[in-house]
Amino acid sequence: MPDHPDKKDPASHEGLSRRGFLSSVSAGAVVAVSLKSAPEAPAQEINATGKPVTISLLVNSSTRKVLVEPRWTLAYVLREVLGLTGTKIGCERGECGACTVLIDGKPRYSCMTLAVEAEGHAITTVEGLLVNDQLGPVQQAFAEEDAFQCGFCTPGQIMAVEGLLRTNPNPTFDQIRTGVSGNLCRCGTYKNIFNAAAKAAELRKQKGGAL
Amino acid sequence: MTEFYDKLEEDFRNSFEPPSPPDEKIQPWTDTKIVGKPLQRVDAYERVSGKAEYTYDVILPDMVYGAILRCPHAHAIVKNIDTSAAEKMPGVVGLITGKSNGADIPWYSVGYGGGPMQSKLFDPHCRYQGEEVAAVAAMTPYQAYDALKAIKPEYEVLPFVIEPDEALKPDAPKIFEAGNSTGKPMPSQRGSVEKGFAEADVVLEETFTTSVQMHAALEAHGSVVKWDGDKITIWDSTQGVYDACMLSFARTMKMPNNNVRVICRYVGGAFGAKLELGKYTVMAALLARKSGRPVKLMLPREDTMLAVGNRPITRMTVKAGVKKDGTLTALQLTSVYSPGAYSSGAMTGFLFQELYKCPNVMVTESGVYTNVGRARAFRAPGFPTAAWALEQMMDMLAGKINMDPVELRLKNFTEVSQSRGMPYTSAGLKDCLTEGAKRFGWKKSQAAKKEAGHIKRGVGMAAGLWMMGSGGPPYTAEVRMFADGGVTLKTGAMDLGTGTKTVACMVAAEELGVPLENIRILNADTAITPYASSSGGSMTLASLVPAVRRGAWIVRRQIMDWAAEALGVSADDLEIRKDTVVSRSNPDKKRTLEQLFRAKGVMDVIAIGNREPNPANKVVMPFSAQFAEVEVNTKTGAVKVLRLLSADDSGRVGNLKTYENQVYGGMLQCLGYGLFEKRVMDRKTGKMCNPNLNDYKVPGALDIPVNLDVAPVDLKDSECNNVGCKGIGEPCHVPTAAAIANAIHDAIGVRLTNSPMDNRIILELLSKQKRG
Repeated sequence: MPDHPDKKDPASHEGLSRRGFLSSVSAGAVVAVSLKSAPEAPAQEINATGKPVTISLLVNSSTRKVLVEPRWTLAYVLREVLGLTGTKIGCERGECGACTVLIDGKPRYSCMTLAVEAEGHAITTVEGLLVNDQLGPVQQAFAEEDAFQCGFCTPGQIMAVEGLLRTNPNPTFDQIRTGVSGNLCRCGTYKNIFNAAAKAAELRKQKGGAL
Repeated sequence: MTEFYDKLEEDFRNSFEPPSPPDEKIQPWTDTKIVGKPLQRVDAYERVSGKAEYTYDVILPDMVYGAILRCPHAHAIVKNIDTSAAEKMPGVVGLITGKSNGADIPWYSVGYGGGPMQSKLFDPHCRYQGEEVAAVAAMTPYQAYDALKAIKPEYEVLPFVIEPDEALKPDAPKIFEAGNSTGKPMPSQRGSVEKGFAEADVVLEETFTTSVQMHAALEAHGSVVKWDGDKITIWDSTQGVYDACMLSFARTMKMPNNNVRVICRYVGGAFGAKLELGKYTVMAALLARKSGRPVKLMLPREDTMLAVGNRPITRMTVKAGVKKDGTLTALQLTSVYSPGAYSSGAMTGFLFQELYKCPNVMVTESGVYTNVGRARAFRAPGFPTAAWALEQMMDMLAGKINMDPVELRLKNFTEVSQSRGMPYTSAGLKDCLTEGAKRFGWKKSQAAKKEAGHIKRGVGMAAGLWMMGSGGPPYTAEVRMFADGGVTLKTGAMDLGTGTKTVACMVAAEELGVPLENIRILNADTAITPYASSSGGSMTLASLVPAVRRGAWIVRRQIMDWAAEALGVSADDLEIRKDTVVSRSNPDKKRTLEQLFRAKGVMDVIAIGNREPNPANKVVMPFSAQFAEVEVNTKTGAVKVLRLLSADDSGRVGNLKTYENQVYGGMLQCLGYGLFEKRVMDRKTGKMCNPNLNDYKVPGALDIPVNLDVAPVDLKDSECNNVGCKGIGEPCHVPTAAAIANAIHDAIGVRLTNSPMDNRIILELLSKQKRG
């Protein structure tokens, strides 16, 4: 597994260095002639993607054998191949956190993880937090604290909190905030998400730390 | 045997004969058992378990994936497209361009409601980076994107213009034959501003600008489509299954409405950007025709940033006159905006015409086309923008005449709609201001000593309203009650995450007297649920729940009439308790619903509730006043918002939990607008520099104040509708950025007229201030 960063830079809203960078990239001159935009390479070279391989994925405690192209992301395989659509896709480049799943108990962006890389690791999706058909403690806390609006970022938020609580069952308020800082909520429900994470920690203890 | 069939026929007739709708007026609730309480959402399980099915999640047998090729240039003509290599790519099952069968479709009308069309589904004249050039469908999305790379368009690249001011110059590149102006500016004047300025003791003028804000809903725009012969089913990520999709798709494709079924049970954010038919929906339909398979076409994040909407850039020059006692004498707004490459409104004028009592107001709005992605409606379109200018100007006037900013606003409070000349059904701005100030500790916070170090603290406030929070007809809800007390609600309305479905169920439970868990709601499926207009304009709740209450009321009255007849008591003496109708005066007199239904030979009672019209001679308007406390680091220019409070008059609160949640979001989105959200365009290439969620900054968990407070103001409006509620989603999004700007001014004495308030600009202004 590559150790890719899962958390956004806390200070990134300052944008100073980024904006500085952006204003310096505008060096290309305007082309006012007719040109062909597509690369000259023949099509089959563009499609040099590697042969499909069969892999075994351990998803929510079940082993699933799937035929995948090496370039397929874990998010794509979970959703479109295995039908586990609880995991969402928001950006496909590790920015929004909607695709967060647990890999060996740690929150990971499944859009930044290739399915082939996930072989041999335990994957948990939001569906895997259900106990039979009952909500798990983190899900229950999100429901009770109204920690969502449109609900699209919610599975990712829930998995971020689940991952946090598995390594740190008694997080401080700041640890909760940092723990979900890799997950964007455009509806702006953060206050309730923080409250839900705190409540989830309590609920997990009541249930004896059950998943 | 014949008796059995006779009975069946009678049952059949009875169950389909709708109870005639009584014309009685429904009395307002005095107190409620369920409505207004902080309750868990009825769809919480679906949303937290991962089982809620969003458009993106729809998977159909034999489904293939669509993708769109977009013009990489700010301004270009497509001379030719070579698709031969792409069509032979592995997995490709369909490819369309503007020359494909059925793809020559006009697009983008000028103004609203059938104006002339400006462009096409695939317009060879590409007017911005991101304009659609071709589309493919393939077995996997990976193969679809491979195929896009193999399409070879030949472009004639044209000179472009992305700055509104430059676009108005005579030698600017022409985006349309007629030029770059969206039309002759039409000044709208009430009274005489010249007279008003002459009467004023103080006249101030200032220019304010706002940057382009992106909607950035987490679920991208997109559709899944499936043809069955000449009938189509569309799952669309939309704000309205009827107006925004079914009706406009049928019109565009020249199909009968009835052959188009649109479903959208869950939508992953929209904020105004999903109020119109998407090109992607039509392209998916064409690709599905061509390939003979269902097609899923969801836009990648970058496409959503380039091509499906934003809040437009504006420059507003405001001139205002005030007397020493705080009386406003004149307001003048001259606003220039750019909708981007195609027509879209600005709506910055209304707030100036409506928010305060002022006899002399003049508004002039003009638009100019530029080679950038087109604007769309964005949560209270024009209003956070207008408040940015008007509410900072109010603060400047207050400072000039030494008046408290809250006092100045109270001084110009009005109970009469200034633009329409009719009284409001409830005018809560005064209470928003006073209650908000009290709960925030406004006086105390103002008086508190400013820190001596480089961290400066300040407080500020701003007010707002939203022009469309009344809701209104046509809007229908079907209410169906079973003999065990179970109730099914059906409505075409969306629940964008606002809690609409939950409040609808609460209203039905309240009216019928059954527990909330008895109610099940089905929504947003044009084949099943009755008509509802699109969810936008903060109109959904105030349109839907009065219709739900009307439907529930008809059902209840029908059952009460049956029970009154059976029990020999007055219907007014009866109430439903779970599954039994009981006499209040003599609880021994009762009948179960089962008994009543059986006696009448019906299995269920069904009613259609229609939304009643709004009052004829009054204006329904939601109001908001917001308060902010900030810290500014004068060494770095960094702004930290410590707390925000929103006091809102949106009438009766439906569900306190979802209400508060929505107000948090309204404030935080506007905080982003004021502090860091900005589309960055590259002046050299005309391309967007930050079409992603890393470089385009939306508020994250570490960027927001934790201290968010919500103070609902309810004046018990009995006239607006039979539930007494007004819209909340947009009014709470209007004042925040201006309130923060006013707080920053209070902290460091610097007036930030350009949004977003970049810390570099704050530092520049501070050093200018030091130099004097």
